[in-house]
Amino acid sequence: MTTTSIVIVETPLVRLALARADDALILGHRLSEWCGHAPMLEEDLALANIALDLIGQARTLYTLAGEATGHDEDELAYRRDERAYRNLLLVELPKGDFAFSIVRQFLYSALIDAWWRAMTESAEPRLAAIAAKAEKESAYHLRHAAEWVIRLGDGTPESHARAQAALDRLWPYVDELFESVTDAAFDVPPACLRADWDIQVDSVLSTATLTRPTAHWSQTGGRSGKHTEHLGHLLSEMQYLQRVHPGATW
Amino acid sequence: MVSGDLRARAWQAVASVCDPEIPVLSIEDLGMLRDVRVTGGAVEVVITPTYSGCPAMSMITLEIETALRAAGIVDARVTTTLSPAWTTDWMTAEGRRKLLEYGIAPPPPASSRRALFGETAIACPRCASADTEQLAEFGSTSCKALWRCRTCREPFDLFKCH
Repeated sequence: MTTTSIVIVETPLVRLALARADDALILGHRLSEWCGHAPMLEEDLALANIALDLIGQARTLYTLAGEATGHDEDELAYRRDERAYRNLLLVELPKGDFAFSIVRQFLYSALIDAWWRAMTESAEPRLAAIAAKAEKESAYHLRHAAEWVIRLGDGTPESHARAQAALDRLWPYVDELFESVTDAAFDVPPACLRADWDIQVDSVLSTATLTRPTAHWSQTGGRSGKHTEHLGHLLSEMQYLQRVHPGATW
Repeated sequence: MVSGDLRARAWQAVASVCDPEIPVLSIEDLGMLRDVRVTGGAVEVVITPTYSGCPAMSMITLEIETALRAAGIVDARVTTTLSPAWTTDWMTAEGRRKLLEYGIAPPPPASSRRALFGETAIACPRCASADTEQLAEFGSTSCKALWRCRTCREPFDLFKCH
């Protein structure tokens, strides 16, 4: 039996590009599951638009990783096994209800917007160029999610309860956002953005009348390929065609 | 032919290629056309995407190749650059005028983007009233938001600042 999987040698640059690309691709995929199912047309368009931005960011990062590994963006997305995926556990969790998807988007955007902005100064010019593009997009994503967190939290008893429940369920996955991906000089350690993240998140949660959870434990493992049971299901759907017909185009 | 002539001819041929999603704007109006380079007899057209996931890029690339071929320039290729990142501030005055005539409010200056909440005032492209409101930040394409004028009651697209 031959395998269609590829194995990647991860230099620090490849590792960073893959981790951030995987975050964006998997979250973009989860957001795209709302297409045709969002609570209203405007939101359907918004989530699809954000998904498009994220998948676009993933493509440029995969292309960068591909220059070093000899694999193109499609091979990197479709032909790596679950254990080779480097994304955060936070982004692979099933989309849940609307409150869950929005709160997740907010927690992620509050970190990635600041990270991309910091990365515009990166000593690796190709990453700095991607960052300059991505940070303009993430600023819109953050604002959109923050506005919805406030609307849901400070809305009806039902929307408040759902937003709080989403926050409580997502909180154990927050610490992983601040794990370093590499110790390369061109990488910005997310931990140094934590203080600003806390201030921004606390401010929005307080306006939204939501209570910041006090998690007693954290779940990590995504960066080293130890995923929740949900990623495999997502990949089997996303990769099916390229696994059955490697290199197929249409 | 000297390379200066070829560059000018190539630029002229591709400058009028339109954005398929906003057909009143050319890639030159948008500031997407960054450079035309001539090496020997070969032409390289350099463009930059407006958004990372802009689905129009492959179609624009195809149209550029078609325009070059129609101008008799066969030895040509299109490349994409990400740096410096595209900004709506590169949109030409002519481009902003065409957008307004088409019924799309031109983008506000990029410096107004940073605040987490709040929007600068946008004038209605139909009646010029400043009494307008945002209906949806993400509109029919990546680059547009949906707004409404409270004076003439008409909805309109805003080209988002980027």
